[in-house]
Amino acid sequence: MGSSLNAPSRFRNGARTLTDRLVTGIAVFSTILVLLPLVAILGYLIYKGASSLNLAFFTKVPVPVGQSGGGMANSIVGSGIILLVASVIGIPLGIAAGVYLAEYGPGSWLGHVIRFTADVLNGVPSIVMGIVAYSLIVSKQHHFSALAGGIALAIMMVPTVTRTTEEMLATVPTALREAALGLGIPQWRTIVSVSLRAASPGIITGCMLAFARVAGETAPLLFTAFGNQFWSLNLNQPMAALPLQLYTYAVSPYDEWHRLAWAGALVLILLIMISVTLVRLFAARNSLAGGR
Amino acid sequence: MPLAALAQNEARTAEAAEAPVVPDTTGVRAFLMSRGSGSVADSVFGVLMLVGALSLFVIVALIVWMLVHNSQLSIHAFGMRFFRSTNWDPVNGDFGALPFIYGTIVSSLLALVIAVPLSLAVAIFVLEICPIPLRGAISFLTELLAAIPSIVYGLWAVFVLVPLVRDKFGPILEKLLGWTGLFVEPNFGVGVFTAALILAVMIFPVISSISRDVMRAVPNHQREAALALGSTRWEMIRMGVLRNARIGIIGAIILGLGRALGETMAVTMVIGNHPDISKNLFNPAYTLSSVIANEFSEATGDLYLSALIEIGLALFLVTIVVNAVARLLVWVVTRGNTAKAV
Repeated sequence: MGSSLNAPSRFRNGARTLTDRLVTGIAVFSTILVLLPLVAILGYLIYKGASSLNLAFFTKVPVPVGQSGGGMANSIVGSGIILLVASVIGIPLGIAAGVYLAEYGPGSWLGHVIRFTADVLNGVPSIVMGIVAYSLIVSKQHHFSALAGGIALAIMMVPTVTRTTEEMLATVPTALREAALGLGIPQWRTIVSVSLRAASPGIITGCMLAFARVAGETAPLLFTAFGNQFWSLNLNQPMAALPLQLYTYAVSPYDEWHRLAWAGALVLILLIMISVTLVRLFAARNSLAGGR
Repeated sequence: MPLAALAQNEARTAEAAEAPVVPDTTGVRAFLMSRGSGSVADSVFGVLMLVGALSLFVIVALIVWMLVHNSQLSIHAFGMRFFRSTNWDPVNGDFGALPFIYGTIVSSLLALVIAVPLSLAVAIFVLEICPIPLRGAISFLTELLAAIPSIVYGLWAVFVLVPLVRDKFGPILEKLLGWTGLFVEPNFGVGVFTAALILAVMIFPVISSISRDVMRAVPNHQREAALALGSTRWEMIRMGVLRNARIGIIGAIILGLGRALGETMAVTMVIGNHPDISKNLFNPAYTLSSVIANEFSEATGDLYLSALIEIGLALFLVTIVVNAVARLLVWVVTRGNTAKAV
C-alpha cells in the first residue's frame, strides 16, 4: 500500500492507468473465454441432437446395434421413476432439517454442527453415494434395483434442500411468527401455515434445484439402478435411466448410438434448463413480492 | 436447546390465551378450544423436525460405516501398501492404488491451474467492472454452466475436445513446451491434459460464484477508501477487495479442488483409463473415481470389490477434509457480512 501513497509522477500515473486497462482487458477476455465452452456445448448439442430427435425417440425402447430406429422411452420413464423415489425420500427430510435449523436451533451448537455437516455432505463425490446405496441394498439383495438408485440420489438431495429451506425461512420476518404466536396459534401451526407458507416459493426453488442437480447424475446409478435395455417399471429390478443410457451410447463405437446419445443429452439438458429457468423466474417474482 | 425453545414458545402461547379479554378474541378462543393447548402436537412436530435434522448425521454415519465395514478385507490384506503399490492386478488379487491417486491429483491440480485465474478474473469482472445490466446475464450463464450434467460434459469432451486436443492444441503445446517433458507425443487426445481441460470448465462455476460471494462480502467502505486515496480501479480491487477476501477466495479454490477430486463421469470418458504414472500429460491415466465407475459392477470376488470400496473410502475422506477446510475458510470471511453487504 505504501508506495502507491507517494505523490504520483506523470510517468507513474501512466503506468498505473496502463495496468488498470490491461487488467480490465484480461477480465473481459477471460469472461468471453469461459463462456465460450457453454456456447460450444449448447450449440453442438442442438446441432447434433435436434436432427436425431423424432417421435420414435420418445415412444420406442432401444434396438440392438445395426438396426435403425429405436428410442429412449424406457430411459425417460425410468429416470422419472427413480427421481420420484429420490424426491419422495429426500425432500421431506431436507425440509424438516431446514425447518429445524431455522426455527428451533438457529444459534445452537447443534444447529451449527448440522449446518456444517450439510455443507460438507454437499461436497461428497456422487460415486461414493453409489457405493453406499450398493452396500446398503444391492449387496444384500444380490441384484441391482431402481430403489437403490433412488436412495443414492435422495441422499444427495437432502443437504441441498436443507440449506435452501433454512436460508429461505431465515428471510421470513420474525414479526410474522410473533403475530401468529401472539394469537395463540401453536408453534407447529405457526411454522406450517406462516413461516413455511411465506417461504414456500424459495423452498420450491431449492427443491427444484436439488432435483435438477441429481437428474443428470450418472455415477451413483452405475451400480445401483444399473440400466436396462427393456421396459421395466419394477422398483426392485434394474431400471433404465436417461444418463445411464447416454453413457452406454457415448462410449460405444457405433455412429448410430452416438447420434442417439446426442439426442438424449439434448433432452436431458432441456429438462434441466427448463426447470432451472422456471425456478429463476419464480424466484425473481418472489423477490419482487418480498420487496413491496 | 430445542426443548427450551419449545417451552418458551408454549409459555408465550399460554400467555396469549390468558391475556385480558379484548372484544375480538372470541374467534381466536374458539380456535384454541377446538385445537386444545397444542402442546402434544408441538412436541411431536418438534421431534419430527429434529429427526429430519439428525438424518444428516445418520447419512454421514451410514457412509462411514458402509465404506469402512466393506473395505475391511482389503485394508487387512494390504495395509498401507495399498496406497504405495502401483500394481493393480485383479487376476492375481493384488491391488495398489498409487496410479489412481497420482492421476486424480495431477488432473485436479492441472484443472485448478487452468481454472483459478479465469474464475477470479470473471468474478472480478462481474462484481467490479461490468455494467450492471450485464451482471445478471453473466451470472445466469455461469449458473447454466453449473447445471450441465457431468455426463453431457463428457459427451462433448469425447466428440469435440478430444479431437481438438489431438489435432490442434497438442502439436502447438508440443512445439512450445515439449522440452519440459510434460507434453510429448504420441498424443491420442485422451489423457490427463484433456481431462484437466474439461475439469477446469466444470469447476469454474464453483470457484467463480463462491469467490464472487466472498468479494461481495467485503464492505464497500474498503473500496471507497481505496478510491478516495486516488487508486485506479485495479488498485482498488487489489488492495481493497482481493486483500480482504483472500482467505475466502482460498476457500473457494479448495472447494473447486474438492469438486475436481470427486468428479467421475466426464473424467472417466476422456482420461484414457490406464493405470500409468507418467510425467507426460498427453499420456492416458486413471483416477480414483474412474476406476470405481469402470470396474465396480464387474468386480468379481470379495477382495476386488473390497479394494474398490477402500478407494471409495480414501476418496470420501480426502473430499471431506478438503471441503471442511474450505467451508471453514469461506465461513470465516462471510460470517455475518453477506446480508449486510449485498
